[in-house]
Amino acid sequence: MQALQFHAPELPPEAVAARRRVREFLAAEREAGRYVPHRSSWSTFDPEFSRRAGAQGFIGITWPKEYGGQGLSSRVRYVVTEEMLAGGAPCFAHWIADRQSGPQILRNGSERAKRLLLPRICRGECYFAIGMSEPDSGSDLAAVRTRAVRRDGGWVINGSKIWTSNAHRAHYLIALVRTGEAGEDRHGGLTQFIVDLAQPGATVRPIHNLSGAHEFNEVFFRDYFVPDDMMVGTEGQGWSMVTEELAFERSGPDRFLSDYRLLVELINRVGRQPDARQAAEVGRFVAHLAALRRMSASIAGLLDQGRSPNVEAALVKDVGTAFERELPEVARRLFPVEPSLDDPADPFSETLAHVVLYAPSFTLRGGTREILRGIIARGLGLR
Amino acid sequence: MMSPTSIEQAVQPDDLSSIVLDQAERLFRGEVTKERLAAADRGEWPAAIWTAVEQAGLPLALVPEARGGVGLPAADALRLIRLSGYHTLPVPLAETMIANALWAEASGAPVEGPVSLAPVAPAQTIGMEHAGGGCTLSGELRRVPWASQVDRLLLHACDRAGTAWLALLPRPISVVESRKNLAYEPRDTIVLDGTVLPQEAVVAAPERCRDGLLAFGALARAQQMVGAMERCLDYALAYAMERRQFGRPIGKFQAVQQMLADAAGQYAAAAAGADLAAQAYGTADFDFAVAVAKARVGEAAGKVAEICHQTHGAMGFTQEHPLHFATRRLWSWRDEFGNETFWQERIGRLVCSRGGEALWTTLVGA
Repeated sequence: MQALQFHAPELPPEAVAARRRVREFLAAEREAGRYVPHRSSWSTFDPEFSRRAGAQGFIGITWPKEYGGQGLSSRVRYVVTEEMLAGGAPCFAHWIADRQSGPQILRNGSERAKRLLLPRICRGECYFAIGMSEPDSGSDLAAVRTRAVRRDGGWVINGSKIWTSNAHRAHYLIALVRTGEAGEDRHGGLTQFIVDLAQPGATVRPIHNLSGAHEFNEVFFRDYFVPDDMMVGTEGQGWSMVTEELAFERSGPDRFLSDYRLLVELINRVGRQPDARQAAEVGRFVAHLAALRRMSASIAGLLDQGRSPNVEAALVKDVGTAFERELPEVARRLFPVEPSLDDPADPFSETLAHVVLYAPSFTLRGGTREILRGIIARGLGLR
Repeated sequence: MMSPTSIEQAVQPDDLSSIVLDQAERLFRGEVTKERLAAADRGEWPAAIWTAVEQAGLPLALVPEARGGVGLPAADALRLIRLSGYHTLPVPLAETMIANALWAEASGAPVEGPVSLAPVAPAQTIGMEHAGGGCTLSGELRRVPWASQVDRLLLHACDRAGTAWLALLPRPISVVESRKNLAYEPRDTIVLDGTVLPQEAVVAAPERCRDGLLAFGALARAQQMVGAMERCLDYALAYAMERRQFGRPIGKFQAVQQMLADAAGQYAAAAAGADLAAQAYGTADFDFAVAVAKARVGEAAGKVAEICHQTHGAMGFTQEHPLHFATRRLWSWRDEFGNETFWQERIGRLVCSRGGEALWTTLVGA
């Protein structure tokens, strides 16, 4: 079990300064009435907010300055991220680009791609979607069938991607597609491309989620041309890059703070003098949260050491999303409250309603609970 | 309670710590045999184990060098307690380390021999009266760890003015009932009925234990439980790959894998909680961090024990397999020095008294 120790990283002084700056920025945003914390989360898409956050230097924190970043550590990014989440900031427009697409392009993209895209991402002007899942390839990512074939100066893509959050309002996605034979381990023949969604050959069909909101989509590629320098990494390297990217996707505080505002509203609803049961339930969640913060921050420290802690990231996401899903289930039993989306006078009921409707996605997006536990089991030596 | 600022400092053992921890690992591995654990279960004091532990200087790990201790950084010294939990060490090393640290702080020097702590339950108190050249103690204390087997007890007592004192009670300790926890560790009832102590055996309680010893005991149990959980998981992972059914190791079945992955998550979160408390030792954040640790670890302990037993099947439900040495301790330790509900409630009252918006600064720091 020694492999699963989470050591706390030392936070550099820049992290402390960044924490203060994010708090001040969000306080000003709220004062100006630009967002309402209990009505938003990292799943709220607000390009204006993203531009202002970009102008403050809160996007692309770990990227080199020559590409518009701040040249700071993953631990600083951890701090900025958790402050954004705790403040209920509407981060979705820039979230995917900042969390995983940008770092992927920085590590493996062509020089032209880096120059073209990274500074715009940092300014909060350029948004990405994830092009991994397909209709017949969800958890089993190696089964992707969307195919790219060579043509002069580039590749032509045909196929489709699904569950593509923000495809209708993002500028790009990174598509994982088949360029060769899978081979015996099924992980060969996959390549990633940066796809400009404004170019001909890419069409987007909305898929409304159960709450009625339009976040995810199906994306179709019909003879879509992508130039060579929009390939990420080299041909056939897609699987290992996706695997590496998942450590970024799974380890952050967005895996346990999605419904943080519900905990805040729960405490407000309980009031200053809780009864024993209310106090114990609230205290239990706070204890869980304190432990999760330490686990997640420790992964930011590992990323700074250049490591790729996939098993630890899977653990954070599994434990973190279980916490997120349990929160509404317990909170609702502490009061005789009915979740309501149309009662603006009751922030607890409104937040609860929103969380109840979104909770199923917590343990699906970014890798299902079952897949994560498989990865953990492999890390434990059982596979 | 204050709040932890504190995912901050790194916890990398320094050189002396590595040496002490390596030495302790070898010592525990060699000394804690199944036969000796069984003898301890029957009520025999494991004198050989204690002697080895004392010769290695382990009871002084938390005491600063200037006060005659080993002076390890607190987080490293507390890893020693975790390690003792891993090996289900059947002597009160954790209690003695804590008692020595507090007594050395209050009086200037640690003591020899095994020492335990009391009171151990939230509602218990000891009264004290100043009399002549010394003082008298009164109170009935239940389930005092190891009282019948230690040389001394470190007691937290309050006088009529409400001032808190630490008192060092030597043998003979008046045990009126010898009881055991589920791991057959002594948990005795003692009666202090006007027990007289000389002046030098009573000193003003240091500020950090003015309110009692509960948090220190909870810290120790949290560390021990993390160690014991790690042991359970090591047993379960080994068993899952060695036990074959339907033609393959049971660890190859997804149902078993999912269960053990769940346990690993519980363990990892518990270890993170216990680390928080270790890191906050000696700081203003200590009480809050201990509450987090005991609440989180205690909750994980039951789940990890359940899953590890499920993995072991009937074999784990026997005395023949050593799993029970770890799980019986988990089932005992989680209820000692305040169970999860006690500490959760304490956290809950604090954060509710501050309101929802203040939760974040309670967790993270201002």
